[in-house]
Amino acid sequence: MRFYDVPRATCLSLVAAMLAAAPATAKTISVSATTPDANEKLQEALILAEPGDVVQLGAGTWKLTDGLSLDVANVTLRGAGAGSDGSILDFSGQQGAGEGLLVTSDDVFLTDFAVLNTKGDGIKSKGADRIVYHQLRVEWTAGPKETNGAYGIYPVESTDVLIDSVFVRGASDAGIYVGQSKNIIVRESTAIENVAGIEIENSYDADVHDNIATKNTGGILVFDLPSLPMQGGHNVRVFENDVRDNSTPNFAPKGNIVASVPAGTGVLVMANRNVEVFDNIFDQNGTSNVSIIGYRYAYTDAKYQPLPRAIVVRGNQHGKAGFAPAFPGGAEMAKAMGGSIPPILWDGTGDAVVNEDVGVLSLNLPDLKMPQSAAKPSLVSLKGTAPAALPGVTLPASMEAKVK
Amino acid sequence: MKRIAAALAAAMLCASGVVAVPVAAPDQAVIDGTAMPAKLSEFALFRAGTAQPIETIAPYMLNTPLFSDYADKHRLLWIPVGKKASVAEDGTIAFPVGTVIVKSFGWSDFNGGHPVETRLLIHRADGWLALPYIWDADGKDATLAVAGRRVPVSFKSPDGQAHSIRYAVPNKNQCKECHSKSGVLEPIGPKARNFVLPANFASRYFADPAALKPVMPRWDDPKSGTVAERARAYLDVNCAHCHNPAGSASNSGLFLRWTDDPAGVNYGIGKRPTAAGRGSGGMDFAVAPGDPDHSFLIYRMESLDPGIAMPEVGRSTVHKEGAALLRQWIAEMPKASH
Repeated sequence: MRFYDVPRATCLSLVAAMLAAAPATAKTISVSATTPDANEKLQEALILAEPGDVVQLGAGTWKLTDGLSLDVANVTLRGAGAGSDGSILDFSGQQGAGEGLLVTSDDVFLTDFAVLNTKGDGIKSKGADRIVYHQLRVEWTAGPKETNGAYGIYPVESTDVLIDSVFVRGASDAGIYVGQSKNIIVRESTAIENVAGIEIENSYDADVHDNIATKNTGGILVFDLPSLPMQGGHNVRVFENDVRDNSTPNFAPKGNIVASVPAGTGVLVMANRNVEVFDNIFDQNGTSNVSIIGYRYAYTDAKYQPLPRAIVVRGNQHGKAGFAPAFPGGAEMAKAMGGSIPPILWDGTGDAVVNEDVGVLSLNLPDLKMPQSAAKPSLVSLKGTAPAALPGVTLPASMEAKVK
Repeated sequence: MKRIAAALAAAMLCASGVVAVPVAAPDQAVIDGTAMPAKLSEFALFRAGTAQPIETIAPYMLNTPLFSDYADKHRLLWIPVGKKASVAEDGTIAFPVGTVIVKSFGWSDFNGGHPVETRLLIHRADGWLALPYIWDADGKDATLAVAGRRVPVSFKSPDGQAHSIRYAVPNKNQCKECHSKSGVLEPIGPKARNFVLPANFASRYFADPAALKPVMPRWDDPKSGTVAERARAYLDVNCAHCHNPAGSASNSGLFLRWTDDPAGVNYGIGKRPTAAGRGSGGMDFAVAPGDPDHSFLIYRMESLDPGIAMPEVGRSTVHKEGAALLRQWIAEMPKASH
């Protein structure tokens, strides 16, 4: 193919090192940002790539009008960096597709590029097992706006997901959103000025650690919602994250579940079981550092479990919190309690263990049908014996090898 | 007697393996091969130098078709001589290896009515393959465009409105976005409930032609069904290829097949947005009974913004008439009592 540039000698050793299963014919397909019809050429490369190949994005700004997609297994899409002098996929002029890049094949490695200003989601992967998102930037560059796309990085319906060292800013729903997936690690990443920084939804077995979630509406969310093919979210560990100053007013389009998240939320656990929140650093979250709540909307799904169950909070560092609670009645509660509410907020549903020396405020709404206006807030102790600690997530070695 | 004679002739043809028929036939070797031919003419589906199909290939219709920017579509089906398709219990059609499904898109008032593109779905030994071809301006042949392309076109819609759009010819992956069942490519249009084939071809192509029962109404023909039935037909054809439990929108939990419970939450009735983002338009429900203005299913159908619009591919204009039907369907539902 005329647009292929195949520096075989260099790329073969690289590919072989990264992909143990790569066939001997693996090649690098280089595409330049300045080639005429760059959008079509890049899409063509993503279609004609074969398992084991690397599609190499040249440095520079790519002006793209249509969403890209990749449906070939075991392909690496690699740029020249996610910074301003790297490979920037600019979708400001996007005319079609629900996302900037859609991946629907297994064992894909996305690394070292940026996706900017998509009309819908940034990068979505669906049914893409063992996907690795690494050193990427997904950003809506004008900052928080309701007209920004919903999700920055959006793996869904996948087994084995690694999100490592990414930067997301401006998503009108969640910066990093993992939905209906199993065996997930989100680490060493930064989520800033999104509605939800990082969200794990209707998923099993996730570790969210060593991330920075700041200036979002809510820092890190662990949710379970009804009427979805996969539900019953459980076994999620949120640890060693820096979750501070999540103060951006909620800018999600109404109707979406995250539109209900109060500004100033650090970690929010809703309707899940076996969630551990530990060893995080919290500071300057005006509503709460950790909220534990049930799903308080009407639903008809008989299989759905709306309560938080076996939630464990321990060993976190709590800076200033609860000084601007942005839920109905919150301001009055803060005033009555001397200016701020305690850093841990519980609606009174389900069960949780909080083995920390900070206060827990219960809204005493144990029945999900009770309106928030019926809250009778009181300080409670949730100290107790936590269930056996979760084992933590291990991903296939082939995935970890890609980011080594 | 006649039938027996014909059957005998067909059997002899198969047995001999010799193509002694004087009429034109598609190039089965190209269809069955592994190549992605650069030119559409290599398949010999059309008369040389034209977009006129050869006579041995069947034209077919759908009672309710997918909306594609008001394009006129011409559909063709080729099943190799001696092979038969069959209809499964659920109405899906199993096509033999060697089948080609052909769909050409054009506008009668654009470029002299020459088609703009022709899409092939080819059933090869290793599965279905989708290939988009874009016609040359002179309408004599079409060229493979695996990466798709935007083609400027102008036309008038039935209400007389003039449109100038950058029509999106889908790329190979986008073909699969719609034509996907559990990640495997397959045909979506021809289902027994919606598929109309001329009788002579039905008996040639199908082992049991009586199994083809196009019970689904025509979306725009009130004589063919109630508003609700026609709305459901429209949703089945325009949405359910993704919105089913094995489709590209499986994670949404919104399932819009003809066979789904039209009163259920998974049909959108009182269903809150899942991953809709801006697509919710600030509304609480996909379908709010009695209230189309607060049903974001309508909002997404009537939008052209890529972050909002549904379907996500294949549409650069709003299908006003389709949206009007669905508005009427929602408006006629009894409002929720609470």
